Amino acid sequence: MQTWSLVALCVLLGVVARWGVSLNSYSGAGKPPMFGDYEAQRHWQEVTYNLPVQEWYFNTTNNDLYYWGLDYPPLTAYHSLICAYIAKIINPEWVELHKSRGYESPAHKLFMRATVLVADLLIYIPAVVLYCLYLTDGSPKKKVSTLLAFLLYPGLILIDYGHFQYNAVSLGFALWGVLALGLGWDAFGSMAFCLALSYKQMELYHALPFFCYLLGKCVKLGLTGKGFFLLARIGLTVLVTFALCWLPFLPDPSQALQVVRRIFPVARGLFEDKVANTWCSLNILIKIRSILSSDTQIYLSAACTLLAVLPSCLRLLTKPNFLQFKLALVNSSLAFFLFSYQVHEKSILLAALPACLLLNDLPLMVIWFLQASTFSMLPLLLKDGLLVPYIVTSLAFLFLSIYLLSALERCTEEQLRLRAYHKLMFFLPKLDLACTVRWKFYISMAVLATLSVVSVAMVPPPHLPDLFPVLVSTVSFCHFLGTFVYFNVVQFSEPTSKKSQKKTN
Amino acid sequence: MVVIFCKTDSVTVMAAPMADNWSWFPALALGVSFVKCLFINAYHSTDFEVHRNWLAITHSLPVSKWYHENTSEWTLDYPPLFAWFEFGLSHVAQHFDRNMLQVENLNYASPATVLFQRLSVVFTDVVFIYSVRECCRCVRGQKGSGDVLNRPSFVLAVLLLWNFGLLIVDHIHFQYNGFLFGFLLLSVAKHLQSQHLQGALLFSILLNLKHIYLYVAPAYGIYLLRSYCFTQDNSDGSVRWRSFSLLRLVALGTIVVTVCALSFGPFIAMGQLPQVLSRLFPFKRGLCHAYWAPNIWALYNILDKILAILGVRLKLLQEAELPRASMTGGLVQEFQHSVLPSVSPSITLVCTLLSILPAVASIWRRPRGARGFLRCLLLCALASFMFGWHVHEKAILIAILPLSILAVESREDAGIFLVLSTTGHYSLFPLIFTPAELPIKVGLMLMFVIYSFTALRKLHSGPGSLLHPLESVYLLGLVVLGVACEVVVPLSPWQQKLPFLPLLATSVYCAVGVCYSFLRLYISLLREEKKKPKQQ
Repeated sequence: MQTWSLVALCVLLGVVARWGVSLNSYSGAGKPPMFGDYEAQRHWQEVTYNLPVQEWYFNTTNNDLYYWGLDYPPLTAYHSLICAYIAKIINPEWVELHKSRGYESPAHKLFMRATVLVADLLIYIPAVVLYCLYLTDGSPKKKVSTLLAFLLYPGLILIDYGHFQYNAVSLGFALWGVLALGLGWDAFGSMAFCLALSYKQMELYHALPFFCYLLGKCVKLGLTGKGFFLLARIGLTVLVTFALCWLPFLPDPSQALQVVRRIFPVARGLFEDKVANTWCSLNILIKIRSILSSDTQIYLSAACTLLAVLPSCLRLLTKPNFLQFKLALVNSSLAFFLFSYQVHEKSILLAALPACLLLNDLPLMVIWFLQASTFSMLPLLLKDGLLVPYIVTSLAFLFLSIYLLSALERCTEEQLRLRAYHKLMFFLPKLDLACTVRWKFYISMAVLATLSVVSVAMVPPPHLPDLFPVLVSTVSFCHFLGTFVYFNVVQFSEPTSKKSQKKTN
Repeated sequence: MVVIFCKTDSVTVMAAPMADNWSWFPALALGVSFVKCLFINAYHSTDFEVHRNWLAITHSLPVSKWYHENTSEWTLDYPPLFAWFEFGLSHVAQHFDRNMLQVENLNYASPATVLFQRLSVVFTDVVFIYSVRECCRCVRGQKGSGDVLNRPSFVLAVLLLWNFGLLIVDHIHFQYNGFLFGFLLLSVAKHLQSQHLQGALLFSILLNLKHIYLYVAPAYGIYLLRSYCFTQDNSDGSVRWRSFSLLRLVALGTIVVTVCALSFGPFIAMGQLPQVLSRLFPFKRGLCHAYWAPNIWALYNILDKILAILGVRLKLLQEAELPRASMTGGLVQEFQHSVLPSVSPSITLVCTLLSILPAVASIWRRPRGARGFLRCLLLCALASFMFGWHVHEKAILIAILPLSILAVESREDAGIFLVLSTTGHYSLFPLIFTPAELPIKVGLMLMFVIYSFTALRKLHSGPGSLLHPLESVYLLGLVVLGVACEVVVPLSPWQQKLPFLPLLATSVYCAVGVCYSFLRLYISLLREEKKKPKQQ
């Protein structure tokens, strides 16, 4: 079989799986008055189509910011505008100002789902295909296996095609950035990343590794010679890209400021709902939000995030190679997810994307983490009525990725990069760590499965109504913390595997 | 079970021990099962209600009323074994939602009901998966290539497990074909392994599950009689009458009669046989199903239509005299031809029998082992599809699935398979007409087409293409047809004026391809007969 046909089959299978999920319910379906993210996206189409740019981010008589006001950067708004133009052609009722609030119909659902698929097909999927074909090691068959596993990651599919969001756009742009850096097109990469950042501010999770990698590369080339020109070119690209994206808001500083205020909603508190991060988990023991003032909370979270990101970024700065870059992306996004302010459960997708990049390098650990990341969104998915697709896609991903990437066979201590742990834990008797890891994996999968079943089938005791969501978030938090530590150790112990470095460079 | 090997059969047992790794098989089967589960909330046709109603009938009524109950218009019209199958399912169903088991609850489709019914199809497909594995074991030429992807058994497994038609007919449209085809393929595999009694048993069970497989019964009857009951051939391959083994005939007969007695016996005892048969063979339906299956009658109808229009244009016919009938008018109805003579059920029966005759005569004169039988089975299925009365478009699967086995073994059959499977599968497109399912049906179809073309090409590597250039052009025409029918017409004003135009175009265009494949298969059978019989 030629590679092209295998790739085509994988992409088609990915599309079929995506569309299969999209036949299910979406967030806030038939739940007035606020509905959910689906209505938010539709509302943004309505707002951007009917109002002048200057009113998009302001609370006016025609734009009620308390009803799903725009809180993403301009590129999201432009995307909504394009969708709105198409919606207007098909059925003007869909974007009619005020009157279209809470509009729901099968045809409209089909349209909205189609916009997600189109964005995905244009941005995310090509990037995944190119990444797997050009930047992973191994035989064509191995590459295609990685591609299939990458495309079938359930978290992204469930959130974009079930819950309803356009994460594939921002993640896709970020992936284009990674792809370009991997291929050595630094300016193009930084442009792609600026687009990602202008689509969703959460892409800041990935910003430091991009910055450090490029800076490190410039320094390596010599800041007085070639490196300087590269730095200047990248800087210029970034400035121009941002300027173009934010053009309508730049002439008036108050406009730009308002956008920034909208996209960083400081007033919304340290965390919402049940998120699998440090603050929410700590909250079970200590009620941080009532002890500390909101300002202190911000400083505390900022300081912790910075501290957590720093080691991996400094390491990347000194060793700017592609593998380090991928590892730093995981570490940075996980650090942000675990420690930063106002984190959503869906933000774990930002850590999942760079983890997917490592599917071929560290299959077992990555599959483990990806499985946990999907699980961490279980309460949300249950609320949206996505139980069946959750079960199906998670199980499918687990079995297929383990089979395709032979994850359970490729796990000697060397392959899992566990050597460093022997040095770290010199005081302990020598254990077969690979075997321990495998057992931990089995136990963890059993725990995730049990908790999933329990949260669906059992009624929590009356005095603890949130018992299951809290359990889910705490268990996920433990997984994420473990992953964070593991990937940091890998990043620092990485020089032992010079072979893979050479290949990826 | 006693297994008697047929010594004179030219085919030896192919179930050679498989030393190599079969770990890919569970992965393929699990993968497709997960895909099936994704379609749980997809559109389902009225067949969903049909089967829910049967669950209710078999669960809540005594056996004596099963074939008399008519609260719903979807009365029980499958043979008794299938009713027992539904009866068994209903005992699981009651744990999902009891309300679906009430006969009065027409069109009941609660989420639990949908989940149960969908999962019942996915889980009963285990039979199909097992049968595919058995078929893959019988495939010739295993040691060809080191790469798993290029092994005939792998290709066959994908072609069968991921069959486009089964996926959309069973898991979107809603039917239990996978389960039933499991029996058919398993029985074929048993014949390929020369375990004829098991094969016969499985086929008689299948006949009592769904009588549509009567189409292929002639092939079974003749083959078993000729190659199993007669134990020896003459040196020129013709039958040696003296070698007739009564014991074998009795064994076969006992199996068939026992299965039928178990199935129909209770109803015969209750004196309900005429009632059951009238349900099983409703000849009151029209020549063609709701929309035409791509067969001879589709071409006949369109010819009639063209002649009528020409006649009116040329003032040879009076428009008022023509019988008013919209031929694809949605519901099952009778249809009168305006110019050409109308076709009666008996004519279709005669045509079908005549078209089957050469094929069965050929395996009688010169049996060519289980593969010859398989070819004959295919021809029976296709012939009844071509000429049958009130044929469903889904019946094309009876030909496509067994042809997959031949396609991985011979280059010529691979070419026929590509034409037949592509046109046959495309002709199923109108079954799933809801826009929400369009990406799924297109995606799955493309997957199947890309896979079958590239894999078979690689498998039968050699000079030249598998397809004649004209065939390729014809198949490319399907793309144009698809775009026109699925995109252009629904968005254009023609949709209101001529709502049946896409259906008509689809069935007529596909009919050409199916007829062509039918002829080519026939030619290949007759040509094989002319070759010298193999050394005994």
